[in-house]
This record gives sequence, C-alpha cells and structure tokens, in this order.
Amino acid sequence: MAGGDDLKLLGAWPSPFVVRVKLALSFKGLSFENVEEDLGNKSELLVSSNPVQKKVPVLLHNGKPICESMVIVQYIDEAFAGTGPSLLSSDPHERAVARFWAAYVDDKLVTSWVQSFRGKTEEDKSEGTKQMFAALQTLEGALRECSKGEGYFGGESVGLVDVSLGGLLSWLNATEEMSGTKIFDPVKTPLLAAWAERLRELDGAKLAFPDKDRMVEFIQKRQAQAAAAAAAAASEK
Amino acid sequence: MAPEKNSSDLVLLDFWVSPFGQRVRIALAEKSLPYEYVEEDLAGKSDRLLQSNPVHKKTPVLLHGGKPVNESLIIVQYLEEAFPDTPSLLPADPYARAQARFWADYVDKKVYDCGARLWKLKGEPQAQARAEMLEILKTLETELGDKEFFGGEHGFGFVDAAFAPFTSWFQSYEKLGEFKVAEVAPKIAAWADRVGKRESVAKSLYSPDKVYDFIGVLKKKYGIE
Repeated sequence: MAGGDDLKLLGAWPSPFVVRVKLALSFKGLSFENVEEDLGNKSELLVSSNPVQKKVPVLLHNGKPICESMVIVQYIDEAFAGTGPSLLSSDPHERAVARFWAAYVDDKLVTSWVQSFRGKTEEDKSEGTKQMFAALQTLEGALRECSKGEGYFGGESVGLVDVSLGGLLSWLNATEEMSGTKIFDPVKTPLLAAWAERLRELDGAKLAFPDKDRMVEFIQKRQAQAAAAAAAAASEK
Repeated sequence: MAPEKNSSDLVLLDFWVSPFGQRVRIALAEKSLPYEYVEEDLAGKSDRLLQSNPVHKKTPVLLHGGKPVNESLIIVQYLEEAFPDTPSLLPADPYARAQARFWADYVDKKVYDCGARLWKLKGEPQAQARAEMLEILKTLETELGDKEFFGGEHGFGFVDAAFAPFTSWFQSYEKLGEFKVAEVAPKIAAWADRVGKRESVAKSLYSPDKVYDFIGVLKKKYGIE
C-alpha cells in the first residue's frame, strides 16, 4: 500500500451498502479504520462529509470524502489500481456489462426486497417478495453469462457485481433464517446458491460480513419496533 | 484492411425526447463519433431493441459492432473507455471521477422522477414534488457554485452531459410547479443558457415547447387532468 494512505470508513455494521465497501477494501487487501456510526445520532464528521444524503457508507481517503457505495467501490478500484486484484475487467464492453448488473442489484433486487419487508399492506409485501424472486432468477442468468464457467460474476475472481450483490448476502441469509424460505434456492437458482456459499468462504467476506445471529437479532428488533410504531399510530386514530 | 471495430459500427436505438438518450447523443457529439440514429416507437418496440435490452426493454441502447450497451450513464462511460483517443468527459484523477459519478448518479436518481411527479400528481403530493424539485435545484446550485461547468477544471464533463438534457424540461417544471429556475437557482439557470449554446447540446435537445407538448400527450395517455 502506498505510504501515507489513510482510509477511514464511516459505517454501520448492519448496512449492506457498508458491507459492499468493506468487501472491496478487503478483497484489495487494504487496511482501514472502521468508524461505527450511531444512525440515530449521526456524527458531525458524517454530516459534514456527506451533506447531500447524510448517509453511510462514506469513505474518507486522506480526509477526502467519497459517498454512495458503488461510487466508493469504483473509486477504490481506480485509486488503488496497483494493489490487489482489479474489480473490473479491462475490456470496455465487459465493464459496461458489470456496471449494468451492479446497478440492477440496486434497482430491482434491493427495491423489491425492501418492499417485501416494509410494504404497507400484506399485498404490497407479497408483491415485493414475488419481484425479488424474479430478480434473483434474472441474476441467475447474469451469473451464467458473466462467470463464463468460473465461480464469480467477475469470472475467476470477484468483481464489481460480486461486491454489489455480496453486500446483501447477510440480510438475505437472515431473512431466509427468519422466514424459513430459501432465497438462494439450489433448485431454482443453483448457480447463485453455489456462488453465495463460495463467497462466504472468502477471507475478505469473513472480515466484512456481520455475524448471522447478530443480523437476525437486529432485523427482529427492527420489525418489533416497526410493529410497535404501527400499533401506536393505529391506536391514536 | 484489418477487421477492427470502428465508430461506423455505432448504432443508437433511442426515443427523440428522451433525456437519457440525449445524454448519449451529447457524448457522441462531444467525441465527434459518427453513428446511425434509430428512432424507436415505444408503443411498438423493435425486435432489435427487445433483444438488445431484454431486461429493461428500454432506450437508449448503444450497439457497437452489434454488441449492446444499456443504461445512459453506463453507455457514456463505455464511450469514454472504448474511444480513449476522443475528448473525455471524465477527468483522469480517481477522486474527481468519483465526485463526477456521485453527482451524475444524483441527477439520475432525482430529476426525472421528481419531474414526473409534478405532471402526474395533484394537490398535496404535487406540492411535495414541487418542494423536492426546488431542493434538488438548490443542491445542484451549491455543487455548481461559481464554476462554468460541473466539470470544473476539466470543462464540460460527465455531470454536465447527464444534466443538460433536463434543461429543456425546466420550462415545463416551471409551469407545473409555478416557480422560476432563475429565481430558485440562478446559477443553474445561467449554466442552462451556457450549455444550451454548446453545439453538442443544441443539436441533441428539442425546444422546451416541444417537451411541454410531449408532456401533454403523456398526460392524455395516462388520463390525467
């Protein structure tokens, strides 16, 4: 690593977007200072580093802030091009395809999964679940195409899409545990199911992923809070 | 002659008034890259479009030697990388590139959807969309500051190309939201004038009146008003 590179990550351990950045840093072999933010009481540093969104993750490189998880991941790949593996191919078309699928994860998978959790009605939620499984089916096809017979979206080694989707793994696994329904179903999406297993075994993933039980506990607490808030709002009517 | 890919292999599947397609047209013009423009009928999409973008079935799609690239900002980055000897929209420095990507992403996530809510909705939800649009314009005003272009030292850049197509929608947003960009965000209004005169932008955009008429057509289609 180049001398004098100070990397500080403002994050929150459950956030899949923060996990993406941790994955990228770990895969590239970069050490960083992890700063755990209390999202209910955001630090001055976070608010001044990301005045537009006031969200985590924010990466500070020698004090200069970079925001938005996939912008940060591409920055890490470019600023530390000589360090560790590249997260993007050198071929322009392959890069465009990787960016497309990385964006797809956000546009379709994250959106539908959030709806399955936070939908206002049971109908909303089940529509979210349906769309989530449709998105996973599409990503199964993407993995088949991008991996070219190797183990990752990036081919032989992890790339941008592996990081983009990998960030969500802990949430998705916790959801599986809580609902009893397999999300990475080895029958419906065999490549993705194998990919998830493979990714979890990587050293970089072990460093970045939150503990599964802790994740389940966190989600259960969140759901309880949401239910209590909804009950309180209903009783006020 | 070696069967190299050259820029005469470029085909753009597009829709005339689409601000997303216009970004690509602006980038191609900035780079002086010749291409074949194909107008898609969004009510009757061509097989070529559906096969090139099976996931979203949307324009713009760039075909280079027959290989498709989708999503406007991804297409612009592709042009940067596939034609490195043409004028660049992204700076070389990784930090400056990250800032450009952040702001282009901001424009991408915010402007069109908020604008659409301005013409689709009424009453309180429309008022909310209006408030949000003012917020967006003020945020972009702060980012632009006293720079001539969002690209700063680099000149006309990635964020300028991303946002410029929406300048022909300003008049419509103003009419629907009852505000003036020149009052809410004077630097943005001045920037809009400047980019509007730039050749690549001038030849890619349609007049604000045409955009307003198009919104009228959309409203009829969706049974609004």
